Amino acid sequence: MSAPGPLDLHGLRAQPSWRAAKSHLATAAMILAVVAIAIPLLAVVWSVVTRGIGVVTDAFPEFFTAEIPVVSRRKGPGMGPAILGTLLVTGGATLIAVPLGVLGAIYLHEYGQTSRFARLVRFMTTVMTGVPSIVMGLFVYLTWTLRFGYSAFGGALALACLMLPVVIGSTEQMLRLVPATLREAAYALGTSKSRTILTVVLPAALPGIVSGSLLAIARAAGETAPLLFAIGAATAYNPNLFAEANTALSVQIFGNATSSFVAAQDRAWGAALTLMLLAFVVTFIARKLTARFALER
Amino acid sequence: MHAAASIAPLDPAPAGPAGTRLHLDERRPAAGLETPVVFDVENAEVSYGSFRAVRGVSMKIHTNQITAFIGPSGCGKTTMLRAFNRMHDVIPGAKVGGKISYHGVDLYGPDVSATEVRRRIGMVFQKPNPFPKSIYDNIAFGPRVNGTTNKADLDMIVERSLRAAALWDEVKDRLRYSALGMSGGQQQRLCIARTIAVEPEVVLMDEPCSALDPIATARIEELMRQLRDRYTIVIVTHNMQQAARVSDRTAFFTADVDASNDQRCGVLVEYDLTAKIFSNPSDERTENYITGRFG
Repeated sequence: MSAPGPLDLHGLRAQPSWRAAKSHLATAAMILAVVAIAIPLLAVVWSVVTRGIGVVTDAFPEFFTAEIPVVSRRKGPGMGPAILGTLLVTGGATLIAVPLGVLGAIYLHEYGQTSRFARLVRFMTTVMTGVPSIVMGLFVYLTWTLRFGYSAFGGALALACLMLPVVIGSTEQMLRLVPATLREAAYALGTSKSRTILTVVLPAALPGIVSGSLLAIARAAGETAPLLFAIGAATAYNPNLFAEANTALSVQIFGNATSSFVAAQDRAWGAALTLMLLAFVVTFIARKLTARFALER
Repeated sequence: MHAAASIAPLDPAPAGPAGTRLHLDERRPAAGLETPVVFDVENAEVSYGSFRAVRGVSMKIHTNQITAFIGPSGCGKTTMLRAFNRMHDVIPGAKVGGKISYHGVDLYGPDVSATEVRRRIGMVFQKPNPFPKSIYDNIAFGPRVNGTTNKADLDMIVERSLRAAALWDEVKDRLRYSALGMSGGQQQRLCIARTIAVEPEVVLMDEPCSALDPIATARIEELMRQLRDRYTIVIVTHNMQQAARVSDRTAFFTADVDASNDQRCGVLVEYDLTAKIFSNPSDERTENYITGRFG
């Protein structure tokens, strides 16, 4: 082997090349994509905030507490019953869909795995994500509302049907991400499978499960169509989850925004801002709660 | 890798400057090596689906000794090790054949519980795998699973286990911190401490030092020598010097090509006292391997 010649340091200098150009192009394309996503998002937030903020601050805090005017052309607050209704309906849906969905995902990933039954359930879950929300509303209307009448619970059932496949899907993904070495570590200490799932797998997957569930909850909180069938209409507070017609922010937005009266349209913007704030607060609280499980390094 | 290579393998009388050899001389007297048998393996084999990973293994593992499994990659060492505490049970399609007795009880007998087996036969893995929990909760995990809930008892177990793993002084002020913030060597000692916290009889170690630097490795080897008085240790290692340094007995595995289906399958070539394997092996393949002529 001949001795190497002197190092060609000139070659170290960056040369204009197709490779560098491709890199710049790709970076530019990514920035463009981010901007393209951000513009409509910011536009929505902007229009809701600018049009809603006045409505809310003109009557603060009555807008959040007062009952909804029975005559919708009358100007003024508020959205109290709709806030309560949204909390009842979404909370109820969460209580139904999250435990069921997480348990279902645990079954699919930890026990069913590739069995015929598990594969069928997984397939049906995927199909369910594609079902239009109004169909879920009709389904609940036929099976529940016709028999038991309007109630927030009917709405919760409809929203739970919508949330369930999302929760199952995201939870199963998160369980899949828990490294097998963690399970092995638990098994090697003489831990049973169920105990391993409860004390090692679920805690490790918890932040992801919470994120997935929050996404499902936020999605459901904004749903209108299924609620139109299931909860009816109300303008007064109805704290009873199981009886009598109720209302929700999304329903109020729909009803007021399609009204021809300016006062009602204003209330729709206020309600939209309220819903956005509510989603923000719920997300914030949930993040804070999960952060408490995280340890200091 | 090649301290072992400097040994003239056919010379029965230890001689020469190799560090390995010096260590063999410090070993407990050969008479002390006849301790009771923990595992009696008869013609064991392990398959994954239709693929047979290792076959025809027969050996006796003795109590309070360190037994090392050495051999080239893909020769079934780890596969065999995992058969000792039924870790294959959780892998779909994995099957253990032949017979592995633990104190005379068939480990794979119909009324033997895999969780009970694993409580008595612990395992330390190749990559440190602490739980994403605090240092304290990592150690207390096993005792809690086994029903210890008293805080004072747990405190005592945690301290004792960390001391046994030579980790107590380094971590005693940060027991509530995440175990994931420790260095790799500390994490592996934590995993050893976690394993001995449930007071197993046997500790299986699957290449416990392969992800560690030489200093951390030396610490773990020192730890193994200390633990030998209370536990039986079986260690898989790629490092022949490590086997020579720490083990009492050595099993050499290699991969054979099965003529019937052209598949590679691990076999046990030779199993003997470490001193004999590294100075005077009976099988030519062992000799070739430890002298670095193959593998």
